[in-house]
Amino acid sequence: MTVIEARGLRKAFGTTIALDGIDLRVEEGRILGVIGPNGAGKTTALNAIVGLTPYHGELRVLGRDPWTERDQLMRDVCFITDVAVLPRWIRVSQALDYVAGVHPRFDRAKAEGFLAKTNIRSTSKVRELSKGMVAQLHLAVVMAIDAKLLVLDEPTLGLDILYRKQFYDSLLNDYFDGKRTIVVTTHQVEEMQNVLTDVMFINRGRIVLNCSMEEFELRFLEVTVHPEQVAAARALEPIHERQVFGRSILLFDRVDRNQLAAFGDLRTPTIADLFVAVMDNQSSPPQAAAQGTYQGAAR
Amino acid sequence: MNTPSNVMPESSVESQAIARAHVPATRRMYWSIRRELWEYRSIYVAPLAAAAVFLFGFLIALPHHMHGVKTLDQAHEALDTPYELAAGLIMGTAFIVGIFYSLDALYGERRDRSILFWKSLPVSDLTTVLSKLTIPLIILPFLSFAIAVATQFVMLLLSSVALLGSGQNIGAFWAHMSFFHMSLMLLYHIVTVHGLWYAPLYGWLLLVSAWAPRAPFIWAFLPPFVIWGLEKIVFQTSHFLAMLQYRLTGPEPSSAAAPHGTVMEIISALTLAQFLTTPGLWIGLIIAAAFLFAAVRLRRYRGPI
Repeated sequence: MTVIEARGLRKAFGTTIALDGIDLRVEEGRILGVIGPNGAGKTTALNAIVGLTPYHGELRVLGRDPWTERDQLMRDVCFITDVAVLPRWIRVSQALDYVAGVHPRFDRAKAEGFLAKTNIRSTSKVRELSKGMVAQLHLAVVMAIDAKLLVLDEPTLGLDILYRKQFYDSLLNDYFDGKRTIVVTTHQVEEMQNVLTDVMFINRGRIVLNCSMEEFELRFLEVTVHPEQVAAARALEPIHERQVFGRSILLFDRVDRNQLAAFGDLRTPTIADLFVAVMDNQSSPPQAAAQGTYQGAAR
Repeated sequence: MNTPSNVMPESSVESQAIARAHVPATRRMYWSIRRELWEYRSIYVAPLAAAAVFLFGFLIALPHHMHGVKTLDQAHEALDTPYELAAGLIMGTAFIVGIFYSLDALYGERRDRSILFWKSLPVSDLTTVLSKLTIPLIILPFLSFAIAVATQFVMLLLSSVALLGSGQNIGAFWAHMSFFHMSLMLLYHIVTVHGLWYAPLYGWLLLVSAWAPRAPFIWAFLPPFVIWGLEKIVFQTSHFLAMLQYRLTGPEPSSAAAPHGTVMEIISALTLAQFLTTPGLWIGLIIAAAFLFAAVRLRRYRGPI
């Protein structure tokens, strides 16, 4: 089942183009990481998906138009945009009461079960909790909702590494069951690498890479090239080159593994490595032509 | 709702899930209103505090008040005034709370970014705005009515005890007070004036609250001021001011003098039929509906600030 389907999604704020024709299709059971520099349009795209912002183009989320049918859509979609959006005056017990009151798919016992594993007391007010605890509370509420799609926009921004790790661990262990779909943006790319099933790079309102992690591992290879073979390796048109301790590390896309093995040590790049490479290319015009291979080449 | 699903057999979980997939609109409304009462505790604290302060003052002034009671043939106001004053004070407090509440209702959630949380739940903008309108239009008036009646009742008891203490006949006093009639008049005033007549005022405040990028208080009160000033300069008239005055003081002819002090007299001057046929009432309700419609639309577009 297709959970999100977008065609020609556009959005401008005045003269600033936030989304410049996004085509996107997210199937059920995927965990998609949306990665991009600040101001790339990630948040705008996610806001359009959860009905927070109007847009041009076609967008269907679980078969609905998110802008006009937000309230019905929210029965099956959950989102956390930004940390600490829970109202500061609310008590933990009141938050659970309210969500239980208005949400048909909220399982209060489940939420209390999650909270029992934390130091959050049900009589506390949100303003008395630390930032990490507020994130835990919000996650506990969201995970107790039997939703089909969960959208997370920088859900762990500003949290320390312990909370971040715990956040993604519980998301994977207690929530994700292979049927739900998760779309997440984050700047902590490294921490997400093992969680994602798909990755999407977005820059200046356009998708510059969109592929599954299996495909990612097949396509991209990083070679630490022996100094004497650099010229030969460069002939194979690496998409990026960087120097580490005086040695050249070349990043290749869709080049035969055996061919590359002759030049030096091979490894699969991290998402962060590839992200830096792609963004570097995007910002330097001479190489931009070579980027044609990325535009929508993925799926 | 809260049954742990793991103890249920699979099929029953399924059917339960389908049955649960719909929450009646009334229930969403109920919880939305409760939510407002959690956030703005002044809705009930302020009128209660006003009642407490008034009762304290009444207790101190009781000996003096009793003097009036002893000579029943004295002017009828000497008796009724403190009761009207109590109702006026409590309702006036509720009115002020209603103004500040309405200005913050759709602005506060944007300022503290919690709108991102509320919008992540299956509650429509219409339900949210209506639940927030309920507070100044229904909850506050009826709450202040209940508190006012309770306060008046306590006053009556205190007076009776004082009378008994001084060996007077309380039967005549009770007969004179007509407590039930007083409450009924108060209820009539609350429903007609606070519930219906003031609806466009609250609609305007909610609209400003939904729209204002900052300082909703200024945005709410500056435009009327500017319109009044412009009209004065350009046309040398003040129809707008007269219109506002009419809206604030109500359709009653004698009300301009003292809107709250002489509640009973104002109301008795106007029958329900007269009130319902006042064009101003219906024009006001139409304007209120337009303001609310705009506020609902705006909330959809508005994000955190």
